[in-house]
Amino acid sequence: MIPLNWYLILAAVLFVIGVLGFFIKRNIIALLLSVEIMLNAVNLTFVAFSSQRGQISGQVFVFFVLVVAAAEAAVGLALVIAMYRNRETLNVDRSNLLKW
Amino acid sequence: MNIPVVNLGAILPAIMLSLFGIAIMVAEPFVSDAKKSWLGWLAIAGTIAAMLALAPMSRQAGQWYTNLWIVDSYSIFFHFLFILIAAITILTSMNFLQREGIHHTEYYALLLFATVGMMMMAGSNELIMVFLGLEILSIATYVLAGFRRTDLKSNESAMKYFLLGSFSSAFFLYGVALIFGATGSTNLIVIADSLRSGDPQTSLVSLAAALMLIGLCFKVAVAPFHVWAPDVYEGAPTPVTGFMSVGPKAAGFAVLLRIFMTAFPTLEDRWTSVFWIVAALTMLIGNVIALVQPNIKRMLAYSSIAHAGYIAVAVAAGSEHGVSAVLFYTLAYSVTNLGAFAVVTMLSRSEDKLVNLNDYAGLASKRPGLAAVLSLFMLSLAGVPGTAGFAGKFFIFKAAVQSGLIWLAVIGVITTVVSFYYYLYVIVQMYMRDPNEEFADVRTTGPLKLALAITIAGTLYLGILPTRFLDWTVSAAVNALR
Amino acid sequence: MEQNVLAGYIPIFLFMGLTLLFPIVTLLAARLIRPQTGGAGKLAPYECGVDPDSDARQRYAIRYYVVAILFVIFDVETVFLFPWAINFNRLALFGLIEMLVFLGILIVGYVWIIKKGALDWA
Repeated sequence: MIPLNWYLILAAVLFVIGVLGFFIKRNIIALLLSVEIMLNAVNLTFVAFSSQRGQISGQVFVFFVLVVAAAEAAVGLALVIAMYRNRETLNVDRSNLLKW
Repeated sequence: MNIPVVNLGAILPAIMLSLFGIAIMVAEPFVSDAKKSWLGWLAIAGTIAAMLALAPMSRQAGQWYTNLWIVDSYSIFFHFLFILIAAITILTSMNFLQREGIHHTEYYALLLFATVGMMMMAGSNELIMVFLGLEILSIATYVLAGFRRTDLKSNESAMKYFLLGSFSSAFFLYGVALIFGATGSTNLIVIADSLRSGDPQTSLVSLAAALMLIGLCFKVAVAPFHVWAPDVYEGAPTPVTGFMSVGPKAAGFAVLLRIFMTAFPTLEDRWTSVFWIVAALTMLIGNVIALVQPNIKRMLAYSSIAHAGYIAVAVAAGSEHGVSAVLFYTLAYSVTNLGAFAVVTMLSRSEDKLVNLNDYAGLASKRPGLAAVLSLFMLSLAGVPGTAGFAGKFFIFKAAVQSGLIWLAVIGVITTVVSFYYYLYVIVQMYMRDPNEEFADVRTTGPLKLALAITIAGTLYLGILPTRFLDWTVSAAVNALR
Repeated sequence: MEQNVLAGYIPIFLFMGLTLLFPIVTLLAARLIRPQTGGAGKLAPYECGVDPDSDARQRYAIRYYVVAILFVIFDVETVFLFPWAINFNRLALFGLIEMLVFLGILIVGYVWIIKKGALDWA
């Protein structure tokens, strides 16, 4: 039996990797993937707590998160396509029309 | 086999808006271009139906659907506010969409869905429901921000909003996961009971609360999580900017108060001190940077950050007066800001021309009516007595002083004085400069007139006779704190 | 005890055997039955139509991404069907109606997609 803390630490590490990726990467697709990693870290946390507490609800939440993540990815990719058609680059640093 | 009777009365407004939204979305491909404005009126009919559905909803006070959903005067107040915001935004948008050549009626459907998301946030008693509402709102708003598909600024605005929005949702969700681990539930009341019993680890609970706070602070755009807001607000289509600067903000504060008042009263001294700093920082940054903005959409974006700071003052106050001040201020600010954006929408030209402050020079000599209306909204945003903005600020600072936050109230008053400069600058431009623009083809059409009538009436009514709505917000606040 | 554990695996072994057997049998049967006409034309990627003349890694039509995005959404929505199907008896008629409402909303979205022409390849 692997102790709960290991799962939680793994999830926390994944979440931090996602956050760092979000700040370091410059390609929009990579940013999207970083957010997905963060969401999956959350899913792992939910499942770990759910099995430790013997409460099935935590696993049901994962379903909702999965579906929301899919919807988010669909909208995000659609935005990426729209942007690529108009601009021909996916580098966020080039998105600099709006600044103060 | 017996079918359990489900009481739909408690979520009737949300169902109404969803049905109308779906109907409008499906009708779009079947309707010829000439008749598309009918679908806009159908969306208005949807908001009216939802308004009427508030009456049966208000008779269903209590918790519903295995305690997922809560109906009290707090949630009804926010339902009312969200429907009002949606209706005014639709009225503002109808001519704008035609003018810009983006008259796809999915726009109205998305607005209604976003409103349903906001309702789910305000009325839910359960963190996963809050998350779902947040995402329904956010995903619809991402698309709305990028609605001018071929426009680079609109693309960029939607992209930035999407990236930072999904990033912050992940933070919120991680907080939910940790609180689920600490207390074994995502129900706000169960969480509160569990925290009172003292079982859960305090460090885990504090971490969870902090993560949720970060996620929600992104959504309501308070400093230091505000950097996305000006870019997104500038690039989005103008009526959408109006919607984004009030709707998600009000919904975010509704959820924030609900979560922290219901679930974390045991941590109160901690999160109120966090809000002290957030409020002070937001008021300073928002007001000072707004001073130097040449573009009126961007100026209003920083002003909306500043107003989020004032609301945060009332959140920091934390008392019954504080909560009622938050509710009153979101209402007053929403009405005023939507009115200001309606005027900006009317004056702007396609491709976002004429949104710079010097474009407003001499408006008063060409279009005195519009100039007077915009002046009223600017004065209300600044907080001049007799307008909604003044009444709102007055209640907020009163609540702050009563809770002993004297210094925060002082910072608030000083930054308000600073804000007079950039609001009055618009009026100076309109009345004291020579016009360099004819404003000949600015047409005040029916829907826009209606939107302006509602917002002007609201701004004056809340400013001169605030007691009636104040009583409502106080009873809502009592409900929220129980 | 040991016996029982092993006995539990018998269906799996049977299944593995069957899956191995199935392609072998069909391929052998096909070899025996089909007419043996060889030639260079048979080995070309397409018997009729244009021969491929470049690498497979090229730009795809933008429609491909639209369809892929739509697929992701409809694919993931089915995640709700599995728990419902498992608890079908307990959820009874109420669950059935709820699921029909859910599927109805999905179908409405599908109608919209078709009407908008998102699935037209032309």
